[in-house]
Amino acid sequence: MNRINKKLQEDKKLLSIYFTAGFPKLNDTVSIIESLEKSGVDMIEIGLPFSDPLADGPTIQASSTTALNNGMTTKVLFDQLKDIRKTVSIPLIIMGYFNPMMQYGIEAFCKKCAEIGIDGLIIPDLPVKEYNENYKTIFEKYGLINVFLITPQTGDERIRFIDEISDGFIYMVSSAAVTGSKSTFGNAQSDYFKRIETMNLKSPQIVGFGISNAETFEQATKNTKGAIIGSAFISHLNNKGKDSISAFIATIR
Amino acid sequence: MSYFVDENGFYGKFGGAYIPEMLYPNVEELRQKYLTIMQEPAFQKEFQELLKEYVGRPTPLYFAKRLSEKYNTKIYLKREDLCHTGAHKVNNTIGQILMAKRLGKTRIIAETGAGQHGVATATVCALMGMECIVYMGEIDIARQAPNVARMKMLGATVVPALSGSRTLKDATNEAIRDWINNPVDTHYIIGSVVGPHPYPDMVARFQSVISEEIKKQLKEKEGSENPDYVIACVGGGSNAAGAFYHFLDEGEVKLIAVEAAGLGVDSGESAATSVLGHEGIIHGSKTLLMQTEDGQITEPYSISAGLDYPGVGPLHAHLCESRRAEFISVTDDEAMQAGLELCELEGIIPAIESSHALAVFKKKNFKENDIVVLNLSGRGDKDLDTYIKYFKL
Repeated sequence: MNRINKKLQEDKKLLSIYFTAGFPKLNDTVSIIESLEKSGVDMIEIGLPFSDPLADGPTIQASSTTALNNGMTTKVLFDQLKDIRKTVSIPLIIMGYFNPMMQYGIEAFCKKCAEIGIDGLIIPDLPVKEYNENYKTIFEKYGLINVFLITPQTGDERIRFIDEISDGFIYMVSSAAVTGSKSTFGNAQSDYFKRIETMNLKSPQIVGFGISNAETFEQATKNTKGAIIGSAFISHLNNKGKDSISAFIATIR
Repeated sequence: MSYFVDENGFYGKFGGAYIPEMLYPNVEELRQKYLTIMQEPAFQKEFQELLKEYVGRPTPLYFAKRLSEKYNTKIYLKREDLCHTGAHKVNNTIGQILMAKRLGKTRIIAETGAGQHGVATATVCALMGMECIVYMGEIDIARQAPNVARMKMLGATVVPALSGSRTLKDATNEAIRDWINNPVDTHYIIGSVVGPHPYPDMVARFQSVISEEIKKQLKEKEGSENPDYVIACVGGGSNAAGAFYHFLDEGEVKLIAVEAAGLGVDSGESAATSVLGHEGIIHGSKTLLMQTEDGQITEPYSISAGLDYPGVGPLHAHLCESRRAEFISVTDDEAMQAGLELCELEGIIPAIESSHALAVFKKKNFKENDIVVLNLSGRGDKDLDTYIKYFKL
C-alpha cells in the first residue's frame, strides 16, 4: 500500500508541511525533510520551484526565485533525494507546476519518483481531464498518487467526479485565494468545510492555503482529515532558519 | 488541416487550458457561454455599433503608393493605427467588456506590457462605468510613463507587478492571481490570443474584424477578396490573428508572421519564439515557449515592448509548425529603419511593433503584381521616446 494511504488510515489529524526545495540554501532539502519527520510531521510536500507559480502568493514566489537562483533544477532535486528513503519513512509528495515536469518528460519524471520513493504528486496546473485522459496510466504504472484540488467554488458534481478518480486524498483549498493570503478563517470557510463533510466523499480531505498556526490548523481539521502549512513555514525558515523547525512544529499542535 | 480551434480548445497540439482548479469555474463558464453570447443579435448590434461609432471602423485599407514604388510591388496598409486609442487592441477590449457585462461581472482586470492593452481596457471600462485594475510590471511602469498616466486619467488603478522579472509575463501572472482571489465578480480581459482556452479563440474572433474588412475593401479596390500576402507582427499575436483569420482557409493567401529578433536571434537578447522556443506551457496554454532546459520561462528582449513575450498564441504555434504561415525575424535595427522609412515615404509614424512587419520588404522580394496587405497594428506616438533616443532626434 502507498505510504499516503497508510498514513490516511491513522486515527489522527494529519499535519503536512510544504517547503520549496533549494530554499533557503540549495542543499537544505534533505536536512529539512529529516527535521520535519523528527518533529512529528505526518507528510511532506517538496516544492519543485518554478519561475511562474500562478497559484502562489508572494512568500512562495520569493522562495521559488531564491531556490532557482541557488541553482535548483529537477535533476538536482532528484540527486538530493536519491537516498532519502534510507532515513525518512513518512509520505513524500512533490508539488510543482506542469511545465518543468513536461520538459523532464512525464514518464521519466514518474519513473524517477518511483525509484526515489516519492509517493504522490500535486500539480496545480495539470487539469483533471487532461490527467485522466493522458497521464493516469503512467502515474499508476509507477505507483504514484495524483492529488487533485477543490475550492469553495468547485461545484458538487465536479467534486464527486474528482472524488471518484482520486486514489489518495483531496487537497481542499480553503478559500478563493493564492497561497499565503488569509490569516484567519471566517464563517465562509467553516460553512465550506461542513458542506464538504456532509458530502461523505470516499477520499479524505486535507485543507491547504491560509493555515499558519495552531488556531487555523484546528479550525481546518475540525471537519477534515488534516491540514497543510506552506507559506507560514517558509516565512519561519526565512526568519528563524532551519535549526528551529521543531520549535515551529511544536506551536501547531 | 484545420487552423481553427477544436472542441477541446486545441490548435493541433497547441492550446488547451492548463489552469489551477481555482480558475476552473470562471474559465469553464466563459468556455460554455462565449460563442452563444457572441452570436446573440443584441450583442452583435452593440459590438458593431461601438466599433463603428466609437472605435472608428472600418479602418482604411490604404494603397501605399510610394512604398509600393520603392519595393516594386503593390502594398496596402490596413490602418489599425487609426483606431481610437491608437492600435487594434481596442477591438478586443470592446468585445470583452460587452462579454463581461453579459456574464454579470462588475470588476475588470487586465495585464499590460507597453501599456496599449491597458489603455484600451481602461478606455472601455470608463465607457461602461466599470472598475478597472491593470497589472503592469514595475520595470514597464518606469519606461512607459505616458501610458500609465493615460490609464490613470481614464480612471484605472495601475498595480505594479513586483514578482519575477517585473515585465509583461509577471503582470499576466499577477492578473491571474487576482482572478484566483476574486473569482465571483471579476472578468479578466486578456489582451492577446494567449491564455487558456477559450481566450485565444475569443480574442481572435474579436480581432477578426480586421481580415473581414480587408476582404471587403480589397474586393472593391482590386476586384478580388484575396491578396497574395498578409503580413503582421507577432508578439502574443492578436493583430496577426485578426489579420489572418478569414484567410486561414484560403490556401492561395500566403501569411507572414514577423517576430522580434531583438539584437539578433542568436544574441541571447531576442524574442523570436518560433526559432528559440519549444513546446511548453505558459499562462494556461501549451505553445512554443522560450524556456531553459529545465522548463523555467526565460525573459525575452525586443526594443518593442509589445513584442517581448516569451510565448506566442497557440494558433500561431500551430501556423508555424504546420508551415501555414512563414515566420520571419526582424532585429531592432531593421525595424527602426523600416519605421523611419514609412514616415518619410508615406507620412505615417508607425508603432515599433508594426515597424517590424514593415521590415519584411527589405528581407523578402515580392513580385510586381503581388498584392501585399500589411497590418499596420498601431501608431508610433507611444514610441516617440524610443525613436528619439534611437535616431538622436
